[in-house]
Amino acid sequence: MTANTRATHSIIEPNLPNTLQVNFTLTSSQQITYLDIDTRIPAKGVTAIYGHSGSGKTSLLRCIAGLEKAPNGSLAIHKDDWQATWQDSNIFLPVHKRPIGYVFQEASLFAHLNAEKNLRYAIKRADKKVTQEFYQRVIAVMGINDILERYPNQLSGGERQRIAIARALLIQPRLLLMDEPLAALDHQRKQEILPYLEKLQQSFDIPILYVSHSMDEVARLADHIVVLDQGKVIAEGKLTDVFSRIDLPQRLEDESGVILTGKVVEKDSQWNLMRIAFADHSIWIPDSGETLEQTVRTRILAKDVSLSLTQHEDTSIVNRLPVKVVAINADTDNAMALVRLKMGGEFLVAKMTQKSVYHLNLSQGTIVWAQVKSVALVR
Amino acid sequence: MFFVRSKTLRILGLLAMISVFSNPSISAENSPSSQASQLAQTVHIAVASNFTHTMKHLIDEFEQQSLHRIKASYGSSGKIYAQIQHGAPFVLFFSADQSKPLALYEQGLTQTKPFTYALGSLALWSNSKQVLQLLNIKTLKNTTPENKALKNEKDVLTSGQFNKLALANPKLAPYGTAAMEVLEKLNLKAATQSKWVMGENIAQTYQFVSTGNAELGFVALSQVIGKHSSALKPPLSYWPVPEKLHQPIRQDAVYLTTPASQQQNSHQAATEFLKFMNTKKAQTIIQSYGYRTEKL
Amino acid sequence: MILSEADIGAIGLTLRLATTVTILLLIIGTPIAWWLARTQSWLKGPVAAVVALPLVLPPTVLGFYLLIAMGPSGFIGEFTQSLGLGTLPFTFGGLVFASVIYSMPFVVQPLHNAMVAIGNRPLEVAATLRAGPIDRFFSVVLPLAKPGFITASILGFAHTVGEFGVILMIGGNIPDETRVVSVQVYDHVESLEYAQAHSLSALLVIFSFFVLLALYASQRKSSLAIGGGMPR
Repeated sequence: MTANTRATHSIIEPNLPNTLQVNFTLTSSQQITYLDIDTRIPAKGVTAIYGHSGSGKTSLLRCIAGLEKAPNGSLAIHKDDWQATWQDSNIFLPVHKRPIGYVFQEASLFAHLNAEKNLRYAIKRADKKVTQEFYQRVIAVMGINDILERYPNQLSGGERQRIAIARALLIQPRLLLMDEPLAALDHQRKQEILPYLEKLQQSFDIPILYVSHSMDEVARLADHIVVLDQGKVIAEGKLTDVFSRIDLPQRLEDESGVILTGKVVEKDSQWNLMRIAFADHSIWIPDSGETLEQTVRTRILAKDVSLSLTQHEDTSIVNRLPVKVVAINADTDNAMALVRLKMGGEFLVAKMTQKSVYHLNLSQGTIVWAQVKSVALVR
Repeated sequence: MFFVRSKTLRILGLLAMISVFSNPSISAENSPSSQASQLAQTVHIAVASNFTHTMKHLIDEFEQQSLHRIKASYGSSGKIYAQIQHGAPFVLFFSADQSKPLALYEQGLTQTKPFTYALGSLALWSNSKQVLQLLNIKTLKNTTPENKALKNEKDVLTSGQFNKLALANPKLAPYGTAAMEVLEKLNLKAATQSKWVMGENIAQTYQFVSTGNAELGFVALSQVIGKHSSALKPPLSYWPVPEKLHQPIRQDAVYLTTPASQQQNSHQAATEFLKFMNTKKAQTIIQSYGYRTEKL
Repeated sequence: MILSEADIGAIGLTLRLATTVTILLLIIGTPIAWWLARTQSWLKGPVAAVVALPLVLPPTVLGFYLLIAMGPSGFIGEFTQSLGLGTLPFTFGGLVFASVIYSMPFVVQPLHNAMVAIGNRPLEVAATLRAGPIDRFFSVVLPLAKPGFITASILGFAHTVGEFGVILMIGGNIPDETRVVSVQVYDHVESLEYAQAHSLSALLVIFSFFVLLALYASQRKSSLAIGGGMPR
């Protein structure tokens, strides 16, 4: 939770590695400020830039790419082995000189070129020579070998996006920017393409900024998250940390919940279940074919967690965990409350009525049993 | 792509409109006949455009002394001729030449034989600084004494000290034919041929010279000295071409018998107007515009 | 068909004129159309209006202005004289110059439309793929605007072939230099040589028909090829 560490860019701490130092202000012609960002964004792994439409997340991404020019803005990237300033009071590096890759929200393939020639367009202009091996790897990871001959209008939306992602990879960027690459696709196409995106970060060690308004996608793909609202950063940090915060309810609404990363440690073939172990606890979930020792990411929504003062055996709920109340916050809905629970080294969030909070006499430090009704395996 | 296509069609439509509005032979005047008395008639006439100013003056004069009204359309003789052949409602036709009235007469489309209403005169005219300088014209301060030998435009023509000579296309305009005859008589045809630029009519020839694009040009005397004011106000320097150097440039008129003209109850007015054209008053007007007439 | 030697000369001259003008217009019109499609400048409106003026002006008016402007005391004439080129009226170069102005909207408008239709996105995409401004223009704008270029070429060519009023005003009817087909037809009509006029006109009509047919065919083909490829 770094929202309060407002380091101004004039006192950049030297060598804070793997961050993007951004400072942008955008004002509309009616003098309304719709983007006001001054922060550090992790430039390692996948960082989600999350917010509702109009929250400024796409504008932020476009400023980073140089597609939009924020007056008096500044932008610098610090990596372990290199750093660069892309914008400050003296310079504005044009888009085509920034070592980025960009995947747009909707199909952005050149209509006059077939899929392969779209890829060649990038290869010809790539930052470093594209080896045959790299080319084959990109094609394999994106699963596009069979559609290279086709023109964009002969491809499905999902196929087009896979080509577009492959094209962005072939330019061999040092930073990959993705602007809601799935937003224009229907549910089925999204499911079809998500596995490719997961493989993407596993196969290529490129930091990714992933703009999205879908909590599902964020939960599944991101390591870090920056939450934007009305052009301002309202939360940022590790995904699990931010998700378990209960002071941002109106932004997350039904999506409130936590992300927990664990390992498959046991299988119960009789009931077709598997046990996922976290730092100090474990839960049973339906076996969906993962192998033992595999790392998985689960998501537990606040509305799927209920509390009881004693451990109930006479319940259908399988996962019951002893936890400690650490904070209680009112939800947007006046009747509801969010309760943050400490479970060993990790957190859970439960959503219940204010009345229940009163009747259970919950307060900070109360030890209760959390009953987890449902756990989603997001990865 | 549909947008582009409809745009194309719009452009084509626009051009069609422009060509309709710029057609000089479509009269913009309206007939005042409706509330005139039974005796008053309106007669629709077609006039060669080189005679426009003169005819307007003549009509003004005529209408002051007559009940009858003249509705005139001005245009190129060739176009009027084609329109008459295809039923244009003209009663009288004042052509810029003899051949078109004659052709109509031979086709039996006229009541009368063609008659000459005006004779044109040629002028060799210049509006070019270069030529005016050669001729030592007063309007320019800069004089060049060594060229005193050149007295007028004819000397310039003979000397060959010019780049372009404008004349009306002899195929189309009698003034062009006359100019060609003059060049032949002066033995300058071969020497000047490479310098010819031809106007489609005498008005265009005048433009070539008045804008200075052609240093010399055979234009109608009526254009140079006519009463109408030229927008370009050139200094007046010209050589009036002697009549003996070319066949008379006769502008003929005919009284038509086209079905359309028969339907119009305008015989009396037409006759009266033709009679007026022969009066001394009318002839004076015609002469004041730089034409000659046969009678006087 | 009765075609005299003069008629054939006029046809050859017309084709030469139209080809020269079309090539020049594509070279001149492309940057103008591109600028119009991209600029935010206040000059955009005035420039677009000036380019479109020949659509509104009667050709004879335009021709008359050109005759004055290109004349020895006109501003164009003074410029060409200072270059030692003499004056432009009554020369092939003069016809080319006038036709370029007169046919300009027929080339710039389709190019402009095609370039506007491309939108910003392909250019942004190209920029993120390391293409600089000039690279973007040649690798993205030109190929995507191809239907516009075809339309512009055909319209520019056809319109120059059919041009009459302006040429009449500044041509001077010099064989093999300024006497083009439309002027030749006019001469035939005016001198009552209707048979020759018919032959030449028929040729013009047939030519124009096939040019327009080719135009519409190319537009249908390109709308099939590009259609739906690049949603905005």
